[in-house]
Amino acid sequence: MELNGNIPGGPLEKKWDQRRFEMKLVNPANKRKYKVIVVGSGLAGAAAAASLGQLGYEVLCFCYQDSARRAHSIAAQGGINAAKNYQNDGDSVFRLFYDTIKGGDFRAREANVYRLAEISAAIIDQCVALGVPFAREYSGYLANRSFGGAQVSRTFYARGQTGQQLLLGAYAALSREIAVGQVRMFPRSEMLDLVVADGRARGIVVRNLVTGEMTCHSADAVLLATGGYTNVFNLSTNAVGCNVTAIWRAYRRGAFFANPCFTQIHPTCIPVAGEHQSKLTLMSESLRNDGRIWVPVNAGDPRHPGEIPEAERDYFLERRYPTFGNLVPRDVASRAAKAVCDEGRGVGPGKRGVYLDFADALSRLGEDVIRERYGNLFEMYEQITGENPYRQPMRIYPAPHYAMGGLWVDYNLMSNLPGLHVLGEANFSDHGANRLGASALMQGLADGYFIIPCTIGDYLARISPKDRLPADHPAFQQARKDAEDRIRRLLSANGSRPVESFHRELGELLWNFCGMARNEKGLKEALARVPVLRDEFWRNVRVSSEGEGFNQSLEKAGRVADFLEFAELLAFDALNRDESCGAHFREEHETPDGEALRDDARFAYVAAWEFTGVGQSPVLHKEPLAFEAVHLTQRSYK
Amino acid sequence: MKLTLKIWRQEGPRAPGRLVEYRVDDASPDMSFLEMLDVLNIRLLTQGERPIAFDSDCREGICGMCGFLIGGVAHGPQKLTTTCQLFLRHFRDGDTIVVEPFRSRGFPVIKDLVVDRSAFDQIQQAGGFISARTGSAPEANSILIPKEISDRAMDAATCIGCAACVAACPNGSAMLFTAARVSHLSLLPQGHPERKQRVLRMVHEMERLGFGSCSNHGECEAVCPKGISIDFIARLNREFIRASAVETMEPVRKV
Amino acid sequence: MGRIGAFWRSLVGKKVVMAVTGVILLLYIIGHLLGNLQIFEGPERLNAYAAFLKSTGELLWAVRIVLLVSLVLHVIASVQVSLASKRSRPADYIEKKSIETSYAARTMIWSGPLIFLYVVYHLAMFTFLVTGPGYSPTDVYRNEVQAFQVPAISAFYVVAIIFLGMHLYHGAWSMLHTLGASNPRYRVLRRTIAPIVAIAITVGYIAIPIAVLLGFIS
Ligand SMILES: Cc1cc2nc3c(=O)[nH]c(=O)nc-3n(C[C@H](O)[C@H](O)[C@H](O)COP(=O)(O)OP(=O)(O)OC[C@H]3O[C@@H](n4cnc5c(N)ncnc54)[C@H](O)[C@@H]3O)c2cc1C
Ligand code: HEM
Ligand code: HEM
Ligand code: SF4
Ligand code: F3S
Ligand code: FES
Repeated sequence: MELNGNIPGGPLEKKWDQRRFEMKLVNPANKRKYKVIVVGSGLAGAAAAASLGQLGYEVLCFCYQDSARRAHSIAAQGGINAAKNYQNDGDSVFRLFYDTIKGGDFRAREANVYRLAEISAAIIDQCVALGVPFAREYSGYLANRSFGGAQVSRTFYARGQTGQQLLLGAYAALSREIAVGQVRMFPRSEMLDLVVADGRARGIVVRNLVTGEMTCHSADAVLLATGGYTNVFNLSTNAVGCNVTAIWRAYRRGAFFANPCFTQIHPTCIPVAGEHQSKLTLMSESLRNDGRIWVPVNAGDPRHPGEIPEAERDYFLERRYPTFGNLVPRDVASRAAKAVCDEGRGVGPGKRGVYLDFADALSRLGEDVIRERYGNLFEMYEQITGENPYRQPMRIYPAPHYAMGGLWVDYNLMSNLPGLHVLGEANFSDHGANRLGASALMQGLADGYFIIPCTIGDYLARISPKDRLPADHPAFQQARKDAEDRIRRLLSANGSRPVESFHRELGELLWNFCGMARNEKGLKEALARVPVLRDEFWRNVRVSSEGEGFNQSLEKAGRVADFLEFAELLAFDALNRDESCGAHFREEHETPDGEALRDDARFAYVAAWEFTGVGQSPVLHKEPLAFEAVHLTQRSYK
Repeated sequence: MKLTLKIWRQEGPRAPGRLVEYRVDDASPDMSFLEMLDVLNIRLLTQGERPIAFDSDCREGICGMCGFLIGGVAHGPQKLTTTCQLFLRHFRDGDTIVVEPFRSRGFPVIKDLVVDRSAFDQIQQAGGFISARTGSAPEANSILIPKEISDRAMDAATCIGCAACVAACPNGSAMLFTAARVSHLSLLPQGHPERKQRVLRMVHEMERLGFGSCSNHGECEAVCPKGISIDFIARLNREFIRASAVETMEPVRKV
Repeated sequence: MGRIGAFWRSLVGKKVVMAVTGVILLLYIIGHLLGNLQIFEGPERLNAYAAFLKSTGELLWAVRIVLLVSLVLHVIASVQVSLASKRSRPADYIEKKSIETSYAARTMIWSGPLIFLYVVYHLAMFTFLVTGPGYSPTDVYRNEVQAFQVPAISAFYVVAIIFLGMHLYHGAWSMLHTLGASNPRYRVLRRTIAPIVAIAITVGYIAIPIAVLLGFIS
């Protein structure tokens, strides 16, 4: 079946206006009769819940942390893009649109990306109004910095804590709506299932993580803004609680999952230190402006980096990409680092790392300048590794970072299940096969502040709050029973192997066969091994016997159980997409100089998968991607 | 390295708690404190004992989810560091470390080292916001803010809401947290219209929730992982005096 | 009334009241010290000063009332504030280290009442002339000398005044903060001036009994 993205007609730059005009509206007096569930309080969720509350809808908002303010958006460092052209350096809505489409290697929907670029400016206005203390010039005007994948300076930032400040802004707006009773907030609550009846999303089943109590919530529409699934790799830059559960459960209830194999690997992260490692820490992309990346020429060179002479160093990025050098995009840099480590030339414990060397910059600019530019990052690095990057090169290695894939949504951010909307990193929409830095925050806020408040009205206006189901309707009872049964199965498994060990094995498996570089053989291997691991999990997992109440090992077990199902879909999609594009690199398809080689004739489509049963092949639905405003080109950074 | 841990174990909010001693012999200096607890927990689990409950999420010092007293100091001995960013290399082989939850009437213990900090959300809801309806914002650069002002606001805004300040305060006061939010918003021009009501509401809520009063001990600043300065507390006091002179508190209304 | 009531009901408000009354009491203590130091300039001078004070009549009473009210407010507020803080942590820590705070800061609620007791005794002695070796209402100089020649009395004074010093050691900085002196630039100044004031006052007051005991004044 071919999927319809429900894209408005008319020229690209008129589409959003066009859609806002076509849409049905909910009469202000009726808004309070509608009830909307928002799962997630990150940038997308908090912005949506606050804005919908302001409009007068009755909103319920859920998050698994103890406070809405702790959503993973808080960790975003670098900044947020907007086509303000404050620098007068030739930026424009169209250029931001083009950079994003190109950066995504032409696997995103034109209309969505254009709308994103259009809205970007209003996001900055809104955030400033909410009190986000963006960096400023001495003149009092807003400052910008430049970011990977763009030649203009359009990134707004608040020190190294942009995500934190943006989220606190949205959280403040949300807090206000909670104060006036428009929004009810449910922290420490995990969504365990989506309730679907006669083809429509009707509500959710939630587990209270403190009491263990299972509750059903019925509403007229359900919004999922539950973030990315990168923790399927076990070790990633994501918070330890990030999970696929919410969208996976929706998928199992009929929502389509789009492009799951598009996972971004960030080149500059602190390498794994040992078995015990619980997460990987990102070192901002900006370091590549002054740091030079190299490894020893000879494999297994035992010498201290300082003692290795220039002649015996291989600055492999500068060698392979003379023009862009150390500043090639994320996917390219990551693959290059992997390649040299595969040759056995990696450095540090485990030999999975490359040097990011500031020696030249230090002698050229002096320590003070470097400290001013990267001081906080250098401190963070030293805190974690115990090594002083002013004295010896940093060791870095790529790590799973971001999920471009997610639940399929149309132009209105509604999934194929009427009433189910998906926002932020949880949907597949705007970044194609590779996301540019500083674009995820932009997308999350665009979805939450500006898009969903409009488009949801179009759906609600077509239904009546009167047919909202009671929370004791059979569909709810069934979903709730399913969730409870799963909990009991996990508790009663009492095998001998801790959840963490399954998660680690799954992560390593995916990392090796479905990570930075993929090939048919490896993917088939992964597809063969994941189900085996999943079976062992259900037979042999050990969960703390403290019962159904507050039980953190139970929470983790539930999330890993879903990763074990999801991993198969990820590999399946990677196998199906027999081309290379952006972050999805199939070794069978590379240009002579080792770049991702797209196959637009066969794969210029969104792969949306339909669930048919655990361990069974999902059904593929294609949404063809038509490019009218841009013409497809081969990326080259030589 | 070898460590002896004395960790507070408490089944539930009303259950009595006590320190239980654990020995960790396989710790490595480049483990974080939480990773050591992860390892210990896996051991407990496989031995059929109940793992130690503690909160954490980002594990990179920004979400504010983690935090307990390590050796009598909130977030442990390392200055400007959250619990999740504290690494074992800062301890000596053979150390004995007491680990306790943050204690305050405002933060009931949920289990072991996990406490309920929703009181902080309530303080926020009382007034920690600027009422700007989505879509109503003017062009961003139409509001000029001198760099030093926005930098000062940012200094206050970096608070991660971890509650170490309350935990460390001899008076169990939540002034540093509240002051940081009040200062951040009242420093910025956008925050001025609601300035007076904001401070009246937030202070009132903070006290209603049973937090103590500030007598300027400075312990909060000393443990704050983000180095929030108690000068912001003085600023809150000033805001409060000004506001009280001319206004009485009103409830928050719908936008 | 509503505003004032709300202000007094809030802990921050009470702290401000304590700071303001603290300032008043502090100013009195400084003035009082300067007055009494005239003892080193001989009987005439001090007695003249005392006589002058008495001659001011209403003014003196006004001052006394202000002092009394301040002290009462200060005491009530401090007790309430301290109780509120006590309540805020029902279960205490097993191990808790102090990093920044001082002994003086932690003992305000004890140094305070001690000052109070001292003042009561002190007034009984020098103002109401009910205790101590036979006093003359006019010869303040003699009163003081006689009193301080009794080692026990001097000792008590010294101890009490040391507590006062401690109280001010934290109080003088704390009140600035409570009244909103927040400019980071002058923080060091605030932090240093307070102890200096406290120490100066302590030394100044202690000097008198010591001088009498050592016989410099007789
Ligand atoms: C270290 C790091 C740095 C980054 N830096 C940048 C940057 O500089 N610029 C940029 O543009 N992007 C950056 N990103 C990406 C960006 O931060 C995220 O993509 C974005 O914040 C996602 O926001 P979100 O609202 O979609 O989801 P999140 O912020 O992840 O929020 C997810 C929410 O869903 C809730 N939730 C999840 N599962 C459940 C469940 N089952 N039940 C109930 N609730 C649930 C969570 O509690 C949370 O509230 C960075 C990401 C990382 C990891
Ligand atoms: C000559 C008499 C006194 C002087 C000059 C004085 C001065 C001060 C000052 C300046 C402060 C600081 C206020 C602040 O932190 O804002 C203070 C605090 C305090 N005073 Fe006094 N005081 C005196 C008597 C007393 C008495 C009699 C008590 C008895 C209870 C008392 C109890 C306290 C307490 C408990 C505090 C600390 C309160 C807090 O900061 O939380 N004081 N005093
Ligand atoms: C060595 C130290 C001190 C000496 C010699 C001293 C001496 C005196 C004398 C002689 C009087 C009576 C004055 C008169 O009635 O003519 C007096 C009054 C008083 N003293 Fe002191 N004093 C000392 C310290 C203090 C201190 C530390 C305080 C406060 C904490 C204090 C508070 C007062 C007060 C409140 C009165 C009453 C003033 C009045 O009558 O209105 N004194 N003192
Ligand atoms: S002020 Fe500091 S200690 Fe207190 S909550 Fe904020 S960050 Fe934590
Ligand atoms: S420690 Fe407590 S007393 Fe005030 S200065 Fe900090 S809140
Ligand atoms: S876990 Fe996020 S701050 Fe420590």
